[in-house]
Amino acid sequence: MLPPVFGVLFDGIAYGMLLFLLSVGMSVTLGLMNFVNLAHCAFAMFGAYVTVVLMKDFHWNFFATLPMAFAASALVSVVIERILYRRLYRATDLDQVLLTIGLAFMSVAIAAWFFGTTQQPIAVPSYMRGSIGFLGLNLGIYRLFLVAVGIAVTVLLVLTLEHTRFGAQVRAAVDNQRMARGIGIDVDRTFAITFALGSGLAGLGGALAIEIVGLDPQFALVYLVYVLIIVSVGGLGSIAGSFAAACLIGVSDIAGKYYVPQLGSFLIYLVMVAVLMWRPAGLFGRR
Amino acid sequence: MTTLDASRALTPQAYMQGLSRWQPIEIIFWLATLLPFWLFPTYLSLASQIAITALFALSLDLILGYAGIVSLGHAAFFGFGAYSAGIFSKFAWSEPISGLIAAALLTGLLGYASSFIISRFRHLTLIMITLGLGLLLKEAANSAHWLTGGSDGLQGVSIAPVFGLFKFDLYGRTAYGYSLGVLFIVFLFARRLINSPFGLALRGIRENFVRMPAIGADSRAHIRKVYTISAIVAGIAGALLAQTTQTVALEVLSFERSADVVVMLVLGGAGRLYGGLIGAAVYMIARDQFSGIAPQYWYFWIGALLVMVVTLLPNGILGGLSKLLKRWSRR
Repeated sequence: MLPPVFGVLFDGIAYGMLLFLLSVGMSVTLGLMNFVNLAHCAFAMFGAYVTVVLMKDFHWNFFATLPMAFAASALVSVVIERILYRRLYRATDLDQVLLTIGLAFMSVAIAAWFFGTTQQPIAVPSYMRGSIGFLGLNLGIYRLFLVAVGIAVTVLLVLTLEHTRFGAQVRAAVDNQRMARGIGIDVDRTFAITFALGSGLAGLGGALAIEIVGLDPQFALVYLVYVLIIVSVGGLGSIAGSFAAACLIGVSDIAGKYYVPQLGSFLIYLVMVAVLMWRPAGLFGRR
Repeated sequence: MTTLDASRALTPQAYMQGLSRWQPIEIIFWLATLLPFWLFPTYLSLASQIAITALFALSLDLILGYAGIVSLGHAAFFGFGAYSAGIFSKFAWSEPISGLIAAALLTGLLGYASSFIISRFRHLTLIMITLGLGLLLKEAANSAHWLTGGSDGLQGVSIAPVFGLFKFDLYGRTAYGYSLGVLFIVFLFARRLINSPFGLALRGIRENFVRMPAIGADSRAHIRKVYTISAIVAGIAGALLAQTTQTVALEVLSFERSADVVVMLVLGGAGRLYGGLIGAAVYMIARDQFSGIAPQYWYFWIGALLVMVVTLLPNGILGGLSKLLKRWSRR
């Protein structure tokens, strides 16, 4: 028999996996181009709404909508990247922050226009609900599924980054962009693909998040704060960093709300400020 | 920003004096701020809100526009000042000007303490630290229900007449006069500060953080000073809001307030003394006029505005105007 603290730990890690999916794309694009994309969660929200529409209006199966959420977010993000973002790669932090937060604000209003401000519930397949007992703990099946997806995505990303030609190009561009250009790597193309991949993962994260945290137009702004915290705590451009930071923040948030609910979100902000004071570049950051 | 005219050789003293000379347009601007008393007597509450927000934007301009410190948590000081003034009037006495000074000093202490953290960081980490500290303070105020009233807001604030003569009335005459007076005095101080060698050093830090120490100006010491001053000014703005509305809501510490003030400053033109003032006026009047639109759609236009300012009008309204003026005078 395990004490209940392990149940809180499990919920926290499942929540952390969700946050990891939402934030890993932003971490890599920030590390690659130093581009601060505050509209990242707007892409996640887009993916979530794609899932809602496909399930409600077209009666698709929940699992069939997930690849579509990924693809739709990736596609939209790459269009916006080509039209708007690429002009600002050399602009100041402030300009990038302003443009992308502007896009995030617009996405909130557009979502409210089309879907209203109410929550959008979905019905995941019945076998995903409920929980299984394990050494005296009640583990939610959907949360187990989240952990599995999170670990699978991490393994896939690490393998891609470490063992493929494309991954080597990305690593070279993150480490030293000028040198990478100098030896003939098309950094712009690498970046566009990475950006689309990251946004796609965010869209997938958004779709998976509906069952846990719900979906309304404020999603793009509420989770932006979490994503920024994870990216800065984990260190830019580091997948392992994002993974560790997402688990840390997920567990802190759930544990804080479970044991000291009167403090609200105090704990995760405290964790973030403390980590950044100790290591300004994040847990796994090098710069 | 004034650039040196190469054809005329200026001594450093003459250059500094030229910077601080009053332009006719500035005098017209400040005279125009008196017009609402006669032209829009029913809108004086809004006018006082604009003056307070303009003061807040001015405080952000000192660090963002001049020293290049991007802060997404500046509402922390605004809110701290508001709560200080509110709690002061509740537990000490209700005379407004001493309350304002007390709130300014308390906020200054908070600003000075946090400036040691702020001056160590740059770029994204700095943005995240300011955001995190702002959110921390909000959560702290929310849980300290016995002192701040939490999410119900601080009730029971009462403010005595200004100078013992002018009572705060329903129409906001006193509120606007009081806020405008404070805004003008603080503006004079900020103007003097920016047109001093210290102000020049700040602009140097904004342009190159690493190179300034090499010519003998310690970047971090300067940032600590200007951050403390900016916190004091933001605290005064918050205290004004608490005193003129005689209540403090938790919203004074919110992330939205921090984000809004950045939008206003950029809209008006960061790095110009009047940028925050113009931006706050345009933003607040637009929001008042469009208040019929539901708030969730209002944010669409804010977003569109931001995208347009960044892509088309990089130096804000004032930057665009001065560009037009230069093109026009060349003809």
